[in-house]
Amino acid sequence: MAIEVRNIVKKFGSFAALDSVDLKVADGELLALLGPSGSGKTTLLRIIAGLDWPDAGEVSIDGENALVRGASERQVGFVFQHYALFRHMTVFENVAFGLRVQPRAIRKDEATIRARVKELLDLVQLDWLANRYPSQLSGGQRQRIALARALAIEPRILLLDEPFGALDAKVRKELRQWLRSLHNEIHVTSIFVTHDQEEALEVANRVVVMDRGRIEQVGTPGEVYDNPATAFVHGFIGESIVLPVDVSGDAVRLDGRPLNIAAHGAASGAAKLFIRRHDMAIGPAGTGSLEGAVRHVRSFGPIQRAEVALSGGGGRTVIEIDAPRDRELEAGEIVSLQPRRYRIFAAQD
Amino acid sequence: MSMQPGYVTSTTRMRGYAPAADVSVAAPSPRRQSARPLPIAAPRDLRTEPGPIRFIIIALAVTFLSIFVVLPLVVVFAQAFSKGISAYLGALAEPEALAAIRLTLLVAAISVTLNLVFGVIAAWAISKFDFAGKTFLITLIDLPFSVSPVISGLVFVLLFGAQGFFGPWLQAHNVHILFAVPGIALATIFVTFPFVARALIPLMQEQGTLEEEAAISLGASGLQTFFRVTLPNIKWGLLYGVLLCNARAMGEFGAVSVVSGHIRGETNTMPLLVEILYNEYQFVSSFAIASLLAMLALITLVVKTILERRLDEGRVPDGD
Repeated sequence: MAIEVRNIVKKFGSFAALDSVDLKVADGELLALLGPSGSGKTTLLRIIAGLDWPDAGEVSIDGENALVRGASERQVGFVFQHYALFRHMTVFENVAFGLRVQPRAIRKDEATIRARVKELLDLVQLDWLANRYPSQLSGGQRQRIALARALAIEPRILLLDEPFGALDAKVRKELRQWLRSLHNEIHVTSIFVTHDQEEALEVANRVVVMDRGRIEQVGTPGEVYDNPATAFVHGFIGESIVLPVDVSGDAVRLDGRPLNIAAHGAASGAAKLFIRRHDMAIGPAGTGSLEGAVRHVRSFGPIQRAEVALSGGGGRTVIEIDAPRDRELEAGEIVSLQPRRYRIFAAQD
Repeated sequence: MSMQPGYVTSTTRMRGYAPAADVSVAAPSPRRQSARPLPIAAPRDLRTEPGPIRFIIIALAVTFLSIFVVLPLVVVFAQAFSKGISAYLGALAEPEALAAIRLTLLVAAISVTLNLVFGVIAAWAISKFDFAGKTFLITLIDLPFSVSPVISGLVFVLLFGAQGFFGPWLQAHNVHILFAVPGIALATIFVTFPFVARALIPLMQEQGTLEEEAAISLGASGLQTFFRVTLPNIKWGLLYGVLLCNARAMGEFGAVSVVSGHIRGETNTMPLLVEILYNEYQFVSSFAIASLLAMLALITLVVKTILERRLDEGRVPDGD
């Protein structure tokens, strides 16, 4: 089901958790809400679920106004970061809960409920845990049960609030891939909240980057990584080198020295130059627009990460670059650097 | 402890460069070496005291408990059975004693039931919602604990007595509150109000609202959420509160004494009758009824211990 959010405002006291947010989610999408803590992503998710109420704005699910319905009437599957399984019920009863509380008129008979729960436990590959209690399960198992429980009500949309946030790194990776393939299987429109960019880029069809109650950019993982719309997105997604520069006309200067790059229409004045670590070409001294001394090299996998102290500005500016292993760098070596790809954003403060 | 080996390898690998990195490489080495036995002989265990001191402390505690708790309890039963078991049973079969037992059970049933409902509502409101004046409400719930029971009783005399606030209106409509069951029940409810709420508030605050939110998002109504999720989660705490509430309701003396009027066979509860009989030198009858209250206390203690164990089990943190 498609979801549409228009002009949502939510304040906690004087703090604006959401500041006129608009968002459209297409049917069958797997969307990530990505942002640092306090960016409003969880609040937005809870408003769509009906667990929080906006101060202004509209939410519609499948074309109908969702705000006239409470959370229990929205038929929205919600998965919590800390699972929120019913601790006094077995895994089986947890999954069956949504079916047992249905109004008598549409409630299924016991045999149908049992068959459905069995089917869901098979789907999350945990049918052998049916008679255990949540406290006897591992974190990854609990989260899969929580997902099965949410799917039991045949939700129109599925909302996941930092679903893997409380799990350790290895389990998180496994569950990520599992969620991806599960979505391919059942195709329910899903939104998940995360502060982990890798998770968002790896799992979602589209990523919504949020900061301070506003949406900074919406796009495919490739778009937000390669064409960040704002300085925030560039800094938040992927690792970037950020240098304070001055733009006048088409010239860009660092510490008063001109850099051999074009301003690409950036407004004159103070600005920030963003370069991905791996987008810096390394050459012998005197061939590029930046020059510096290699201070320290660490090699792992296909790359070597070098700390370079830029000359000029008293050598105080130290940047980290990633270079392929084919050209061995050594501490103490003077290298010249040339940005291959870069973005310039006007300095905000 | 020698850090030298780790230090040397790290510097050579770093080609004598980047001194900051040395620290970070060398730092874990003490932990790696902790597997070796400690060279110093371990001093005596700091978590415990030497034998004689332990013995003295435990002996003091046991003596104190025996004198102030066990001895009086033994005396109660000794006095109750001093004229034999038939005198004991006879004293309990007196119409006055039976009336007192009936009244006590009735008052306890009324006040525990009402406090159960009010206590759950108050704890629910305090732990699951945020509203202005929450701290004030919590303080107010504790009020009966901090006020002398006699004052609690007097409050009702001032409200419902002949000279009291509602007195004339009640007299005009022929409603009896003071010196009757309603007055005794009211005073008992007031005195025992905090028990259920106090037992539930910390428990419910600790459990938070996540499971309720999950239930609602799964389509449960408010009542379904309460009876299927909230209530099962608090049942041991609730029983615990009810148990203490009941013990106090049956044993309350001060507040009930003020509002009861001591009408024999009508408004005397068990504690009041114990005092009256004692003042009339009917020691066997007095201690026979006292022994019933003492047994109530003992049963309460046992059940309380069991419930506390259940509560701790329910509280086992469900870590990852």
